Amino acid sequence: MTTVSNDQLVAMLRAMMRIRCSEESLAKRYPEGEMRTPTHFSIGQEAMAVGVCAALKQDDVIYSGHRCHAHYLAQGGSLLGMVGELYGREIGCARGRGGSVHLNSPEVGVMASAAIMGETIAVAVGSAMAFAMDRSPRVAVTFFGDGCVEEGIFHESLNFAVVKKLPVLFVCENNFYSVNSPLRLRQPPDLAIHTRATSYGLPAQQVDGNDVVAVYEAATTAVHHLRAGNGPYFLEGLTYRWREHVGPLFDTDQGVRSQRELDFWMEQCPIKRASARAQASGACTELDLRRWWKEFGQEIDAVVEQVRNSPFPKPENILDGTY
Amino acid sequence: MRRLKYWQAISEGLVQCMEKDASIFIAGGGVDDPRGIFGTTLEAHKRFGAERVFDIPNCENAFTGVALGSAAVGKRPVVVHARNDFMFLAADQLINLAAKWKYMFGGRTSVPVLFRGIVGRGWGQGATHSQSTHSMFAHFPGLYVATPAFPDDAKGLIVTALRGHTPVILLENRACYELEGDVPEEMVPVQFGKARVLREGRDITIVGASLMAYEALRASDILRECGVSAEVLDPRSIRPLDRETIVASVRKTGRLVVADTSWSLYGFAAEVAALAAEEAWDYLKAPVRRVTPLDCPAPVSKVLEEAFHPSPSTIAQACLSVVKAEAALEKSVGDVQERFRGPY
Repeated sequence: MTTVSNDQLVAMLRAMMRIRCSEESLAKRYPEGEMRTPTHFSIGQEAMAVGVCAALKQDDVIYSGHRCHAHYLAQGGSLLGMVGELYGREIGCARGRGGSVHLNSPEVGVMASAAIMGETIAVAVGSAMAFAMDRSPRVAVTFFGDGCVEEGIFHESLNFAVVKKLPVLFVCENNFYSVNSPLRLRQPPDLAIHTRATSYGLPAQQVDGNDVVAVYEAATTAVHHLRAGNGPYFLEGLTYRWREHVGPLFDTDQGVRSQRELDFWMEQCPIKRASARAQASGACTELDLRRWWKEFGQEIDAVVEQVRNSPFPKPENILDGTY
Repeated sequence: MRRLKYWQAISEGLVQCMEKDASIFIAGGGVDDPRGIFGTTLEAHKRFGAERVFDIPNCENAFTGVALGSAAVGKRPVVVHARNDFMFLAADQLINLAAKWKYMFGGRTSVPVLFRGIVGRGWGQGATHSQSTHSMFAHFPGLYVATPAFPDDAKGLIVTALRGHTPVILLENRACYELEGDVPEEMVPVQFGKARVLREGRDITIVGASLMAYEALRASDILRECGVSAEVLDPRSIRPLDRETIVASVRKTGRLVVADTSWSLYGFAAEVAALAAEEAWDYLKAPVRRVTPLDCPAPVSKVLEEAFHPSPSTIAQACLSVVKAEAALEKSVGDVQERFRGPY
């Protein structure tokens, strides 16, 4: 039974479409060589970001890793700030100092994204600790991939959050690959990530990470749990990245991932599924969908144009922000 | 002015800052135990309780991230490592995140965390409890690294750190803990990047940070008996480094010896030597000398340990060789913590 209204469904669908449309457009432009930063596209994984962020309030905080575009946009980071960063412009959210992997927008609670595996898992726990110390209802969320589960900091952070009973939501986006290393060769094959997480003493749940409604409902349950002061919660979503680990291309010809596998997951496209659901429930029409694609296409085109006409940072200001 | 021991000054600085600023808390292994990190956290724990002074599980790297994440939303954590060697476990968070946070996120947010690390040394603490990490951390832009030698500087640097916006690594040498000095009762901030001229002199400049400031002073006593007038500088913080004061002194004396608690290669002593070569070359009357631990891990056996660390004698001997004095040292002088018997 779904708790999602048509308005909520449309809002989440549109958020995913906007992320997809922006990233597809950027991926298409990437070979032009103007975005000189290693770029990790979220294409295919939008439902996790959108479903979780839809369950949050504006004063909650989120943290992400290297694949941070979808999280940043889903929580309300500006498209201009992101595209500006990719193009290395002063107008970028990190003034051209951070790049694709360091998107942030503290005004809307996107506190930090970082390229080192698992780094921001602990940092989110720290924000949650501050909220708990202040008896505040705010919560912290950390998004990370299946690869981070192998890092020591993951285990240190879960233990700490449970011991201190902190309002932090661990969101593992399991896309089955760490760069080109398949999950089955890196972790015990018959012991799912969320199952292992429970051994630390926190509730953990696995969801269909390409079903935005399922993600939203699970995240809503989790956030209730956090705000009630019951300690941390763990959410594992099964999903799939369509493109290569870093860069705009498909990689099924590289001998790591098969076309058949990709085709299976493209069938499970979170936007396709949410669109079908929205149309079936009368939340939108085919015409609406076409109109929205066009709207987001025009938006990203305009933003790219604005960014390309905006100034680069000045080399004489290179030291700004070090201290 | 009263005299306080180094640990008492640290304690007082923390307590006074915590009274003024409710966002400050202290966390680390053992901060709330009966010994309270050589007494430095006892009073804070008594005064502010378990909410603001608390023990943590063993998770140096994660807890560094936890501190950063709390600072990002308004807290001012003081993280304590009873041995600074354990900060290597937190190197990712310290170097890849704390140091770079403000810059790589566009300069809008900062993570003002004070990381206290205690340098063991002595009583056979050995390879992994005797080293000082100051040079390594000072390599990275975005961090401040302070090495107070005297009680008033320890307090004053803590006051500045807990009012500022920069992550600070404050390294305290355990050998300094029982040493006394004048300490103002009020909160008098000591700025980062301002050296302290401990003694004025004409013939040679000795630069020594942390424990080496004491040893350099004692070396200058020996040198005075040999007719050599040494100027002694304590940088107090090695990043930022007070280049002006060091360069001015070397230009005046024309000679430089740097004593350090860490190795010569790629270290603080090398940095100061390079500074003299770049900024005071035309004034140098003799080659620069570094007096540092020998190029091996710290040994345990007492005789090896004594041979390993710089002492007032070895610093004075190096100075005499630089000024080409005829005088030879008549007796060896042991290090400042000769009578050390714990606690550890």
